[in-house]
Amino acid sequence: MLLMPCPWCGPRDEPEFQFGGEPATRPIPAAEVSDQRWADYLYLRTNEKGFHRELWCHAGGCGQWFLVERDTVTHVIHRTLKPGEPA
Amino acid sequence: MRYSALNLFRQGLAGQTGWPQAWRSPEPRPSYDAVIVGGGGHGLAAAYYLAKVHGMRRVAILEKGWLGGGNTGRNTTIVRSNYFFPESSAIYDFALRLYEGLSQDLDYNIMLSQRGILMMAHTEHDMELMARSVNAMLINGIDVELLDAAQVRAEVPLLNFGANARYEIHGGFTQRRGGIARHDAVAWGYARGASGLGVDIIQGCEVTGFDIAGGRVTGVQTTRGAIGAGVVGLAAAGHSGVLAGLAGFKLPIQSYALQAMVSEPVKPVLDTVVMSSATGMYVSQSDKGELVFGAGLDLYPSYAQRGNLPVEQAVIAGMLEMFPAFRRLKLLRAWAGLVDVCWDYSPIIGPAPLEGMFLNCGWGTGGFKAIPAGGWMLAHLMATGQHHPISAPFDLSRFTTGRLIDEAAGAGIAH
Ligand SMILES: Cc1cc2nc3c(=O)[nH]c(=O)nc-3n(C[C@H](O)[C@H](O)[C@H](O)COP(=O)(O)OP(=O)(O)OC[C@H]3O[C@@H](n4cnc5c(N)ncnc54)[C@H](O)[C@@H]3O)c2cc1C
Ligand SMILES: [Zn+2]
Repeated sequence: MLLMPCPWCGPRDEPEFQFGGEPATRPIPAAEVSDQRWADYLYLRTNEKGFHRELWCHAGGCGQWFLVERDTVTHVIHRTLKPGEPA
Repeated sequence: MRYSALNLFRQGLAGQTGWPQAWRSPEPRPSYDAVIVGGGGHGLAAAYYLAKVHGMRRVAILEKGWLGGGNTGRNTTIVRSNYFFPESSAIYDFALRLYEGLSQDLDYNIMLSQRGILMMAHTEHDMELMARSVNAMLINGIDVELLDAAQVRAEVPLLNFGANARYEIHGGFTQRRGGIARHDAVAWGYARGASGLGVDIIQGCEVTGFDIAGGRVTGVQTTRGAIGAGVVGLAAAGHSGVLAGLAGFKLPIQSYALQAMVSEPVKPVLDTVVMSSATGMYVSQSDKGELVFGAGLDLYPSYAQRGNLPVEQAVIAGMLEMFPAFRRLKLLRAWAGLVDVCWDYSPIIGPAPLEGMFLNCGWGTGGFKAIPAGGWMLAHLMATGQHHPISAPFDLSRFTTGRLIDEAAGAGIAH
């Protein structure tokens, strides 16, 4: 069971949270974005083994999104950050 | 040596001391015409068909652990071809037909048991959607049947038809050619077949990098030295993203842990495979008598090869809801594998973004049933450089063209 420290609510159980993917910036302006760049944004992932930066949502709690630095092998959560908090 | 009645008799007389090893374990040669990364079912099948169908002999399989130690030896062994889209029907039914002849072809008993597979419907809406799926499958030539509640009860009387059932049973559908097979035997049978045709099977050999010259892959770096390669096939399941990273590209794949469990063995109680999306579980009984059951994904990226408690609880609760009689069974083992999931729950088969490299990955939660076909398609690509007509729709380019093959429903719970 992951014990996830929500930056707002503190440590809570895994089932309260939803994984939200790797952070990515939507390419703009839409009309000028090629199919290739759009596909890269939508679908391609680093899928890192080890240190991983990812977004989570405290869906069953405060409902806020936040950034998580987690190890995908050991499942250790290094830290969680509020959006915009200096990394 | 052939596994035949005559040889069994001879070995019996000789005290069973003369059986040779099922496959050779040679030292790697400096180079091969074809190198396959990953000694799971898909890699082993590809090597076998490269040798058998395409006559290639200088072929090697490199496996970082042991044969079938990945998902091939960790899955719940369900085989079926009841998917929704014609592209999927074509590939999964090709696989099932190869499975039907595989014990003969390999001279190795893969213990295919076509005991049927039953998918449950728990509401009227489930039944309507199921009728739609069944019609689509029938049009695709797949042998499925819609069942009403009475028919389901006749087939699996142990299901929860009680007045207090949380998930009332409205019906279901079955594919009678579906069932289970012995996963290790599939890996070992292909390994023995490939080795017999001259393929080098090299275990304990991890690929750590690729040699690239002029935009083309020319070899692999491994924990047992550099090995030259005419063409390279990737069949590394959960580690596909890691290998893609080493080769300098990314894939539309995320790796997750997928769990399964077995109970203590009991006398025969369940003679088909039962699955229910509503309760999030599926179950069959192994030849040893254990109930083998599984779950949905642990829904965050993982390379841990172990799952977490919430999913385990959910699947056990689901099973007890459907089969109250299993309440008193003890859990014997629980484990997980690393599955490579694509956004549309369909595999990726085709050329990689690097010349000379070919992909067989993204099978996610359901690639055991596809092993013979996945191997066949990868072999075809590596030998000819061209798609087989069945693999063409599964090309990586579908993520750019938008022509996805969305089998999220066809993938069922995860099997
Ligand atoms: C719990 C569970 C239940 C499942 N149930 C079903 C089911 O009922 N029916 C079904 O159809 N499918 C099922 N699946 C899915 C199925 O097991 C897989 O899709 C299938 O086995 C994939 O086969 P593969 O050969 O691609 O991968 P694997 O068998 O995982 O083989 C990949 C191999 O690559 C090796 N490798 C990785 N990196 C390297 C490297 N750098 N160098 C060398 N080797 C490397 C790994 O060690 C591994 O042995 C299940 C999976 C799990 C985990
Ligand atoms: Zn919170």
